[in-house]
Amino acid sequence: MVEVSSTIHPDDQSVELLLNMGPQHPSTHGVFRMVLQIDGEKILDVEPHIGYLHRGSEKICEGEQYHQIITLFDRLDYVANFNNELVYCQAVEKLMDLTVPERAEYVRVILCELNRIASHLLYVGTIGLDAGAMTPTMFAFRGRERIQALFEAVSGARMMHNYFRIGGLKEDLPDNFEQMIRELLPLLSEDIEESDKIITFNEIFISRTKDVGLISAEEAIDYGLTGPCLRGCGYEYDVRKAEPYSVYDRFAFEVPVGLDGDCWDRHWVRVQEMYQSMDIIVQALEQMPEGPVTSSLGRRLIRPPAGEVYVRAENPRGEIGVYLVSQGTDRPYRLKVRPPSFCNLSALKRLLKDAWVADSVVILGSLDIVLGEVDR
Amino acid sequence: MFTASLLAVSLIDVGWILASLLALFVGLSIVVLSLVWLERKALGRLQRRLGPTRTGPMGLMQPIADALKLVIKEDILPSASDKAIFWVAPVIVVVSAFMIWVTIPASQDLVIKNLELGLFYITAFAVLGILGLVLAGWGSANKYGVLGGLRSAAQLISYEIPVIMVVVAVGMLAQSLDLRVIVASQNPVLYVAVLPLGLVIFFIAGLAEVGRTPFDIYHAESEVVGGPFVEYSGAHWAVFFLAEYINTFAIAALAALLFLGGWLGPFLPGVVWFLLKVYALVLVVFWIRGTFPRLRIDQLMAFAWKVMVPLAFYTIVITAIYLFYDWPFWSLTLMSLGGLGVVGYLLYRRLTGPARRVAEVKARQEQQSAQRRAANRARGGLAGVK
Repeated sequence: MVEVSSTIHPDDQSVELLLNMGPQHPSTHGVFRMVLQIDGEKILDVEPHIGYLHRGSEKICEGEQYHQIITLFDRLDYVANFNNELVYCQAVEKLMDLTVPERAEYVRVILCELNRIASHLLYVGTIGLDAGAMTPTMFAFRGRERIQALFEAVSGARMMHNYFRIGGLKEDLPDNFEQMIRELLPLLSEDIEESDKIITFNEIFISRTKDVGLISAEEAIDYGLTGPCLRGCGYEYDVRKAEPYSVYDRFAFEVPVGLDGDCWDRHWVRVQEMYQSMDIIVQALEQMPEGPVTSSLGRRLIRPPAGEVYVRAENPRGEIGVYLVSQGTDRPYRLKVRPPSFCNLSALKRLLKDAWVADSVVILGSLDIVLGEVDR
Repeated sequence: MFTASLLAVSLIDVGWILASLLALFVGLSIVVLSLVWLERKALGRLQRRLGPTRTGPMGLMQPIADALKLVIKEDILPSASDKAIFWVAPVIVVVSAFMIWVTIPASQDLVIKNLELGLFYITAFAVLGILGLVLAGWGSANKYGVLGGLRSAAQLISYEIPVIMVVVAVGMLAQSLDLRVIVASQNPVLYVAVLPLGLVIFFIAGLAEVGRTPFDIYHAESEVVGGPFVEYSGAHWAVFFLAEYINTFAIAALAALLFLGGWLGPFLPGVVWFLLKVYALVLVVFWIRGTFPRLRIDQLMAFAWKVMVPLAFYTIVITAIYLFYDWPFWSLTLMSLGGLGVVGYLLYRRLTGPARRVAEVKARQEQQSAQRRAANRARGGLAGVK
């Protein structure tokens, strides 16, 4: 338990209170638990507790065949499933030195960017709820529902798609995909704009989030923050630009960065990323070639050559890394995931120092964690 | 003979009191049911959804279904709670909410007991409700409850002051605290035209009094998970819920009576005018709930003591000047609007302090999106995608 310092109020009789938040608190975004040490409404210290959703994913991976692991990656960051599938498939492809068909790469990029929008829309909804506004949730979830309907048409599942395969995709897109996405995109850009307008420049929202949870770029790097949390500090780092994977080097898009590194900047960066993702999707649709979507590998059992590989990609929450060790069998010898949520969460203790109790939920919301990924 | 007649009189009195209290209870219950339905529907429309549709036509039976569900739920008594306080707290809250309505007239004659010191009585009972909230938080032996209870004490006491100050100013204008006299004295000119500042202060402080968004801090579900109500369930929770809606309706009703002329209005009967005005104000409350996030406790207290209280004192001072020199009514309007303008400007400057930095970002954002649209058009991209 945290040490209670007795020198804070030498004069009066006030005592600190230990407030247990979670794992069943409505705004800890799942089963996260933090023990706040508070003095009135001020937070003196915080002790985060994780592990309530621990399933031992990395260990389970060692007992599964390579194709079976894709479905385990769906369950890490369960609001950005396609992005997780992509990074795992890329790791195995790199290990086997496989070339993925052009069309499959473009489909992957379109689905991943749609999933990024869906994930950020979820974020806009939850930060609204954390700050006490209920309408952004409704606006944002409408757009998310549209994306998920498209995902269902493509992969057969709204979440946990299991659609990417090592060397390509499970199958080609449905015949009317072109028409569906052309109908979806204008509606989606309307939804994004609507959920952006209702909250981003709201005076109360700005006063709740501006200068709250400040962190400098240097400190953010020290804590290992990535994704919008790092870009909110004004440091331009995006794996899609810094180390382009898949076909990301063929699209023109910008990396939005914030100014001060507070909750509002992190929010703004995420909102801007949605617009950028829309851009990427439009370009990818224009460039998408015809052709096969599966590699010569087919559906055979695979045994990658012995060796190790580390692959990283830009998830909605930050940089995800997969370290894969193979010994030439049909199962990986070791698989380690660098989850962005877990690393971003490490700054929580620093961010919550001297914050208000009400800020704790906003700061946690602005880190945008998914517990499936934190606990694995 | 004498005692017999006295007994008869008092029996009639007792009968009258009981009957009118029953009428009050039934009437307010109907009002609360209508408010629950209205809030769910209004919020639904604001959020582009339908709201309840399955229970009766337009979901009209939804509040009844809600109430039934709450009443037949198990009423849990936390083992660590202070039982007496835990039971008595909801009673204090709901009784004070009901007692306010004893003296609020819905029209010239539709009132249970008109008091000459009606406004004094109302503010006194409004303060009493705070006690119930603090006790509820304390009695439930829950840290969130205690935190919420203390928040409610700080918040409600701070906002009680501007409410009372504005009430005093209106009392000075009407030279009475009798609500019927106050409404009658608004006959040529409504007080909203005379004292617009008063209505603004009263309405904002009233929102804080009943804990509606953006001042729903003491029961903020994302922070203190319902605050004083966290351990309550079933019928006891329903009682708090009832009191909250009655109080919301009372604040709207008082704003309508003090500033919008209550039942005054052409053509329609008085009660209809009264209900129209009150429901319009209640809809504004719901609208605010559908639009704004919640303030933080320090921002809330700063707003109370640095803005609302000085403004309320200013209201009293200008009212006194106006009465003393016997100027025409529009002079007070001007002074009131002047105060509102000055404070509004200062608040705007202060609130937009961080927003000025934000504006820089916003300009950049707009520039970028304009470029994006132009680039999209140049590529002949998908129509309608921004």
